[in-house]
Amino acid sequence: MGSLRDVLSPFTAWKHVIETPVTIRNPIGREAADGYRGFHQNDIEKCIGCGSCEVICQNAAIDMVPVSDPVDGDSGLRPKIDYGRCCWCALCVDVCMTGSLTMSNEYTWVDTDPDAFRFIPGVDPKPWDDLEKGYRREGGRVLTGAERVEMGELAPEARIDNFDEIVAGYTREQAMIEADRCVECGLCVATCPAHMDIPDYIAAIREGDYDLGLQILYETNPFSEVCGRVCTHKCETACAARHEGDPIAIRWLKRHIVDNVSEDRRLEIVGTPQTLPTRRKVAIVGAGPAGLTAAYDLARQGHAVTVYEAQDKPGGMMRFGIPEYRLPYAALDRDIAVIAAQGVKIETGVRIGHEITMDRLRAENDAVVLSIGLHIGRSTRIPGTEGGGVETAIDLLRRITAGEEVPVPKQVLVIGGGNVAMDIARSMARLQKVKHGAVGVTVTALEDFAHFLADREEIEESLEEGVEIIDARGPQEVVRFKSGNRKGEVKGLRSWAVTSIFDDKGRFAPQYDQGDERLHPAEMVVEAIGQAADVSILGEDLTEALDWNRGRLAVDVAGRTSEPWLWAAGDAVHGPDVITAVADGHRVAASVGAMLMAMGEVAR
Amino acid sequence: MIRFEPDRSQYPQPGDDGKIEIDLETGKYLKLWHGPNHPGITGNMSVELTLCGDEVVEGKTHVGYLHRGFEKLMERRTFIQVFPIVCRVCVPEPDFNEWCYAQAVEELAGIEAPEMAQWIRTLILEMGRFNSYMMAMGGIGGALGMGVIGQWMTYVRDLMLDRFEEMTGARIYHMFILPGGVRGHLPEGFSERMEEVLQTAERYLADVDKAMFTNAVFKARTKGVGVIDPALFEPYGVTGPNARAGGVAKDLRKDAPYLVYDQLEFEVVTETASDIWARARVRRRDIDVSIALIRQILAKMPKEGPVMAKLPNVLHWKIPRGETYVAGESSRGEYGYYLVTDGSGYPRRVNVRGPSYTHAMALLEHLIPGTNIADVAALMVSLHTYPPEIER
Repeated sequence: MGSLRDVLSPFTAWKHVIETPVTIRNPIGREAADGYRGFHQNDIEKCIGCGSCEVICQNAAIDMVPVSDPVDGDSGLRPKIDYGRCCWCALCVDVCMTGSLTMSNEYTWVDTDPDAFRFIPGVDPKPWDDLEKGYRREGGRVLTGAERVEMGELAPEARIDNFDEIVAGYTREQAMIEADRCVECGLCVATCPAHMDIPDYIAAIREGDYDLGLQILYETNPFSEVCGRVCTHKCETACAARHEGDPIAIRWLKRHIVDNVSEDRRLEIVGTPQTLPTRRKVAIVGAGPAGLTAAYDLARQGHAVTVYEAQDKPGGMMRFGIPEYRLPYAALDRDIAVIAAQGVKIETGVRIGHEITMDRLRAENDAVVLSIGLHIGRSTRIPGTEGGGVETAIDLLRRITAGEEVPVPKQVLVIGGGNVAMDIARSMARLQKVKHGAVGVTVTALEDFAHFLADREEIEESLEEGVEIIDARGPQEVVRFKSGNRKGEVKGLRSWAVTSIFDDKGRFAPQYDQGDERLHPAEMVVEAIGQAADVSILGEDLTEALDWNRGRLAVDVAGRTSEPWLWAAGDAVHGPDVITAVADGHRVAASVGAMLMAMGEVAR
Repeated sequence: MIRFEPDRSQYPQPGDDGKIEIDLETGKYLKLWHGPNHPGITGNMSVELTLCGDEVVEGKTHVGYLHRGFEKLMERRTFIQVFPIVCRVCVPEPDFNEWCYAQAVEELAGIEAPEMAQWIRTLILEMGRFNSYMMAMGGIGGALGMGVIGQWMTYVRDLMLDRFEEMTGARIYHMFILPGGVRGHLPEGFSERMEEVLQTAERYLADVDKAMFTNAVFKARTKGVGVIDPALFEPYGVTGPNARAGGVAKDLRKDAPYLVYDQLEFEVVTETASDIWARARVRRRDIDVSIALIRQILAKMPKEGPVMAKLPNVLHWKIPRGETYVAGESSRGEYGYYLVTDGSGYPRRVNVRGPSYTHAMALLEHLIPGTNIADVAALMVSLHTYPPEIER
């Protein structure tokens, strides 16, 4: 069996005796590979504390701990990592929504204190904080979707001659994909004025449980049809997903839920007040989002609520300020129907101060809520605004909704760069298209495009519809024909270029380049530069008695005015915004409800 | 060749049922625990030997020293959270776990990993096989008193771990094969550095051939020892090199090609003797196949392309009801994952089919009676088993 070769051959191994040893003398000093997964680094400024790292960690090695005060879009929490649990898998790095969390290629660190191995990367300074090398994700976030599902919309040519709703709404498949992207961090909940349980209702969409979704919506907002369409969606600016892609289309997902629950089913799910009537009476002035939300809450607490509305139909600015192509009246009516079903009495066409006085409301009710909105358009008061051919946007929008005759000249000029300016510009464009077959609307705004007040989509859609937008123009004079058969009629708007809007102290003080003057020809000028509340309804005595804050009613945190029986809510207090008004409605209702409860039940 | 033949008249005779009646009271027998702390045991397990003289009359395997309950842990983790723990099921060749799990999840979720990822996965599996065989070579040398073989192989394995480190970001638990693809591309200049490692390996393997396989002592200790009757292969579920050493040319890479093995050229290595020698030879020759495969993969693989398929949001990833079994040819035989999903965000059941379970327990217990005490370590190492994968 054995040969001589088999005996001698093994001795060749001896040649290794004269070779250099292959072992490393000092393995501690050895640098790891460039992409090594070593101790974490966290760019603390970039991190938003969404906690996705904590959720994905299979070892529960990450705790989110407070390091600063929360602000919109940042929870103020930062990941604290326990290296006794960490398995260095780097899923936290792969899922990080902002890309702030990375791993250095440092893997040796000696400390005699066991607690030292539990720290907050980026907050507790470590030697490897500035290392360039280490594990980095290839091509950004891969474990959650970064791109929003595109929303179907009417093409510009299909929508320009009508007031049909532009946005199609998601299909179930689209909504599922969009809902799937949510990481449930809850930054949106903190940012939403009404603190809607956004991740929960998005989860309900993923489960296909629209009934549950609707129930969740109604816990915080009785205006989901409205907010699902026109909400200013502050939630989306806080959304963690926006850091490496598009934010979740939270607004469209909310609408998707109401789209999928029939009106009858909604009434079944929301139900009617389950408490005995308290026989306490509350009057609410103004049937806008704040008033109706307060009415909804108070009615469900068992109080008798009457809402007085000056216009013929309830809805306030949601109906009379927002054009139908953005918010169809039928959608608004569906929301109001659920509120009315709670036993809320809505008296339309009743103008407080005319048919009923505030004194009478006070005498006949236990509490009064003032939610009168901002229905008076402000004027620039530049020369030439007095006289015909100059309108305010808010008045025109109301008249369009009410079906009243409005002037539709071939060339309209809008002053203002906010969403209301876009609303009136696009509404006029539609009317012009029908009447003249062509759009002739120019919008001049003080702000340049980089600082525009209107939503980006509003600007894009306006441009698509043929509206001309000129940025950074300061209106100086409405020019009128001085002679001829059109004498006195509007000829156009003279404007100067804007060099700056605010002074160095941040106060509104626009500066102009007078050398850059232009005349924008127009037959009508529409001012869309802001609105004011019509507080004349209060009457002189009450106006005198109340505390005021820069022309607005002064209220405490709960919305109560200086008069103990009177609360104020909505745009008139907090400025124009539907979801803020809804939140305000809840807040006021809670305060009113608490007072009524403290008063006890009326003897039967 | 001198071989010690004991006087069998002193030994207990098997009864009618073929089993030996062992009566410790007689003083003829000695209980000896081989492991769990013993260099000849492959990891944390032990064999309870009953000796009569220097011959083993019974060997009972004991496992449980390394039980971490992985299969149960997986049922309590989301599909993405399972990914970091599967590699820990088998320490020396972790990548099979990653691939089997990822492949099973992809099948049930209807995802296909991009082509580039398939090539990188194949490369990783071959690098892992290479490393695993390095341990096997060193182990068989060490078990027979040739410690230097173990040192050489550990060095070469370390060089390969360097390549793993630069490619995956970790040396042992690579955590690189994610469901949906792999985590990254090959670093710049990877092929060149890999070639250096392969050449060093070949140099050391040539020395192994001279020192171990052309060695009268090694031959005497391994030839004709620890023979597995090929008839046992089927009932005992023997696969991989252990079966190929008995002339069974079965290799899942050829028989049921997965990843890109159908685009690679290689032969299935077999021997016929089915003894320790034959098993060591099969592994030694399979290293050459692995080296050739690594070179082939690096030459043939696409130069660019995506490495990850689009995954749903993994934080609430639900996989439809289903079940699948994904298996591949690991360095020790058929390695597979049986995954059952029930439509929730968690696996309903994961079963890991590791070849060590059969090889190190049932087969070893069958082979061990009659072995000389000095050969137990060699026999065990020749089966090339990893206790961590028994105890998942």
